[in-house]
Amino acid sequence: MTLDAIPEVSTVLDDQGADVPAIIKGTGHLPEMRVDPIGLFHRVREECGDIGRFRLADKDVVLVTGSDANEAFFRAPEHVLDQAAAYPFMTPIFGKGVVFDASPEERQQMLKNQALRGDMMRGHAQTIEAEIRRMVAGWGDEGEIDLLDFFAELTIYTTSACLIGKPFRDQLDGSFAEIYHRLEHGTDAIAYVDPYADIENFRVRDEAREQLVAKVQAILDARIARGEVPKEERDLLDVLIAVGMDADYITGIFISMMFAGHHTSSGTASWAMIELLRHPDVMADVVAELDALYSPDADGTAPEVSFQALRSIPVLESALKETLRLHPPLIILMRLVQEDFELLDHTIPAGTVIAASPRVSNRIEDDFPKGEEFDPGRYVDPRQEDLQNRWTWIPFGAGKHRCVGNAFAMMQMKAIFSVILRDFEFEAVQPLDSYQDDFTKMVIQLAQPAKVRYRRRTRGGE
Amino acid sequence: MSEVAFKVVADTGICQGHQLCQGEAPDVFGFDDAADVVVVLDEHPDESLRKDVTTAVKYCPAFALSIEEED
Repeated sequence: MTLDAIPEVSTVLDDQGADVPAIIKGTGHLPEMRVDPIGLFHRVREECGDIGRFRLADKDVVLVTGSDANEAFFRAPEHVLDQAAAYPFMTPIFGKGVVFDASPEERQQMLKNQALRGDMMRGHAQTIEAEIRRMVAGWGDEGEIDLLDFFAELTIYTTSACLIGKPFRDQLDGSFAEIYHRLEHGTDAIAYVDPYADIENFRVRDEAREQLVAKVQAILDARIARGEVPKEERDLLDVLIAVGMDADYITGIFISMMFAGHHTSSGTASWAMIELLRHPDVMADVVAELDALYSPDADGTAPEVSFQALRSIPVLESALKETLRLHPPLIILMRLVQEDFELLDHTIPAGTVIAASPRVSNRIEDDFPKGEEFDPGRYVDPRQEDLQNRWTWIPFGAGKHRCVGNAFAMMQMKAIFSVILRDFEFEAVQPLDSYQDDFTKMVIQLAQPAKVRYRRRTRGGE
Repeated sequence: MSEVAFKVVADTGICQGHQLCQGEAPDVFGFDDAADVVVVLDEHPDESLRKDVTTAVKYCPAFALSIEEED
């Protein structure tokens, strides 16, 4: 069985070119994916349609787009399309033996028992509100922040506090976020050839992981020296120490738990701010909505952010959804085909990599008219372009693997913007089109500088 | 009874068992504990429940719910 019937995308970057590092010479489209993945993925759809392919070293990657192909991709069971095996760049980050992701069944069980359960959300909302207020407490009346630095640090605190526990979070400072960022950055696509290749990017990654292990080791040693504490003061770290895990393994578990919720939320918060600055009319609508929502009623009481973030804030939600559509934190979702897989009249043989692209699908013109434009009106009745396009509006993926933390993520975004947009106003301090993502690593992050200026709002009557 | 009925549809192939829908419309959505998925208790709820069901559809974290209009 072969893939011959599936068209292969053209090559625009010579994989034997002088600029291509020796280790990835002759690897097909890998050199292009390292410098312009978005150009590559869009070109697959333009040239090949709903199903096309490109090549990463010895693997063919079948890239599907469009509703029918995406649905088949997202509905396939785990034993047919395997997620873990498709992300070799993650293994050195988590550490050997730490799973990339649980199976859908395990995820469901975790959801029922653990931190993302619906009835835990109120507590998480309070935690997140407190963390944001702690971050802006030292802001003064005006100043400048870098969006990546600010939101990457904030989301280290929120994810660690909510998923691991407050005692652990309280032992972290900004240096943890800085190290974690270097770890996320260590995702060069060269990993598709060798995740342990002797390159600068992977050396920095491995050093960062060692530094995190050392930090966790220090916290762990202090816990052991302190002795047992009452049950209500324990967090996940105490539990993992009690079952005899070492610092290296515990660090791997923490990295993997925080990974899905960290760079994704950090990037989304940054891009939401950038899009609001690019669209002052939308910013004005959002601020007006928040001011009305949180204004005290006749007896002087106003809703708490932690209460309201779990409820509908429609204008802000639409702006966040539109941010996610245009800037999905993951631009490609991959699976390894474990048994021959039927898709759109093709049989894709076992051993192939198959992929869907949120970045490409989210902009399909037939589903999202004027798809390049930021238009929060898409989510208002009766358009509802997210619900109407369940298999192509996929910033959170779709199907059984749809991001299990998406309700948590939306709540977090609503809490963040509820706090910062009511107390401060923001303006760009660099050209609006200069805010860009760095696509040169598999984990996409905002390129720096990405600075904005804040000024404390003066509100009448307060 | 309303003139324009609507049908509530749940895709148990993609339900992740978040159970948020039960909070929004407890008379319409139940839960199968053994299978860990939603159960539609009332496929044709009264028009008065449309708002609650619409909210459940909109905020389902798995996008597993929908409303089909019927004549």
